Amino acid sequence: MHVNTAPRRDPAWTGRVFALLATLVVVWPMLVLTEFKPWTLFSPESLPPTLHFLGDFFPPKLEPDFLRLVLFETWRTVAMATAGMTLALFLAIPMALLASRTLSISALTGRMALAPAVFRQGVRWLLMLLRSVPELIWALIFVRVVGLGPTSGVLAIALTYAGMLGKVYAEILESGDALPTQALLRNGAGRLQAFFYGQLPQSSSELTSYTVYRWECAIRSSAVLGFVGAGGLGQQMDASMKMFNGSEVATMLLMFMGLVWLADQVSRLLREALA
Amino acid sequence: MRRCKLCWLNLGLLMLVLASFISLDLQWGKFLSGQALGSMGRFVKELLTPNTELAFLRKILWASLETLAMSALGTALAAAVGLALALPAAKSHPNDPARWRGATRLLLNVLRSIPELVWAALLLISAGLGPLAGTLALALHTSGVLGRLFAETFENQPQGPAEALRLRGVRPALVFCYADLPQALPQLVSYTLYRWENNIRAAAVLGVVGAGGLGQMLAFHMGLFQMMETSSVLIAMMLLVALVDGLSYLTRISLQR
Repeated sequence: MHVNTAPRRDPAWTGRVFALLATLVVVWPMLVLTEFKPWTLFSPESLPPTLHFLGDFFPPKLEPDFLRLVLFETWRTVAMATAGMTLALFLAIPMALLASRTLSISALTGRMALAPAVFRQGVRWLLMLLRSVPELIWALIFVRVVGLGPTSGVLAIALTYAGMLGKVYAEILESGDALPTQALLRNGAGRLQAFFYGQLPQSSSELTSYTVYRWECAIRSSAVLGFVGAGGLGQQMDASMKMFNGSEVATMLLMFMGLVWLADQVSRLLREALA
Repeated sequence: MRRCKLCWLNLGLLMLVLASFISLDLQWGKFLSGQALGSMGRFVKELLTPNTELAFLRKILWASLETLAMSALGTALAAAVGLALALPAAKSHPNDPARWRGATRLLLNVLRSIPELVWAALLLISAGLGPLAGTLALALHTSGVLGRLFAETFENQPQGPAEALRLRGVRPALVFCYADLPQALPQLVSYTLYRWENNIRAAAVLGVVGAGGLGQMLAFHMGLFQMMETSSVLIAMMLLVALVDGLSYLTRISLQR
C-alpha cells in the first residue's frame, strides 16, 4: 500500500507552462506592432542626449524670474481648470435636469410617454458625444480655430466635463429616493420646484463631492492640455523640453507634482467639510 | 457657526472663479467673431465628410491595432513592474521590517503623479518618435498606480495561510508564491484589467505628442489641415473608446449576474 501518493511535482505545472507559451504567442505580434526595441534607448545616438538632459535636471532652475514665470503658469493652470469647470456646470446642470427620468410627469402614471422618452435619450446621447471626445482632442481642435492660448483649454475642459458631470448628475438624481419628488409632482408642483425641494436636499452632498473630485481631475488635465498649445504649465514644459533644457523641466515637474498634491489635499479637505 | 463656514466657503469659491476668468483674459471676442465661427462651421462641415478610401481605412485599422497593442503591452509591463515594486512597498505581516517601504512608496508616488502624456513627451528624447515612447510612458505611469494598489492589496488580505507557512519555517519567497500571490491574484487581475481599459483611452490620445497610434495619425493629418483624414481618425478614435466602454459594461453586467 502506498502511503505517499502525493505527486512529486506541482500538479498545476503543465497548465502553467501551457499558459506561458500561449501568452508568448499573443505577446509576440504586440511587440512587433509597438516596435518594442528597448535597446534603442541605449544606442549611441540616443543615450548621450538622454544622459545630458537628465544630468541637467540637477540642480533645478531656481532663478527668481523663472520661478515667477512658473508660478504664474501654475496659477493659469488652476484658473483654466476652474473656469472650465464653471462653464461645464452651466452646461451640465440643465442637461442633467433634462435627462433625469424621475422628473418626468408622464412617468408618474407608469410608462413615460414616447416623446419625452425620446427627448431624454437624445440628451443622454449628446452628453455621451461630449465626453467621448477626450479633452486633449477638443483642445487640439479649438487651437486650430481660436489659436494658441488658454481659451482653447477652457473650452475643451468645459465640453468634456459637461458630458461627464451631466451624466453622473443625472445618475445621482435618479438613484435618490423618488418618492418625495413624485409626491411633489403629483400635487402640482413644477419640475424645478420638485427638483429643488425633492431631489436636491437628499443628493446635494453627493453632487458636491463629485464636483470637487472632478475639479481635482480638471487641474491635472489642464496641466497636460498645454502640450497641444492650450496654455498653462504644459505649454511651458513643452517649450523647455523641445529646447532640451533639463533644469527648467525639473523645476516644472516638481511644481506640477506639488500642484497635484495640493489639489489632492484641498479636495480631500473640502469633501470632508461638506460631507 | 456651521452656516457661516459654508458662507465663507462659497465666497472663496466665487472669488476663485472670478479671479480665474479675469486673469485668463479669455478671447471670447475672437472665438465668437464671424471669422472664427465661419472657420468653425467649415471645420464641422469638413469633419462630416470623412475619407473612406479603402487604403486609408486600412491604415487607420493598423493604427488602431497599434493603439491597442501599446495599451496592452504597457499595462502588462506595468503589472510586472508594479508587482515588483509592491513587494517592498507593502508591510505584509506585523513582523515584516519593511525597510524599503518609505522609499518605494515615494518612487511609486512620483511615477503616478506624472501623467502619461508628460512621460511620453519626456521619453521622446530617448526613445524617439513612435509607439515605443508611448508604450513605455503608459508603463511608467501605470506601474505607479498599480504598484500602490497592489501594495494595498497585499497589506489588506487575511494573514492566516501565510502565517501558517511562515511558522513552519517556509522561505519567504515560497510563502509569497503559495500563500500571498494566489490569495491576492483575483484582485490584482481585476485592478490590471481596469487600468487596461483606462490605458486604451489614454493610448488613443498619447500619440498627439508623437508617441504612436491613432493620436499620432490625428496630429499628423490635422497639422497638414487634411480635414477628411482627420475626421476619419477622430471617428475611429471615438469608435474604439465606445467599443471598450461597451465591452467593459457588458463584462461587468455578466460578472454581476
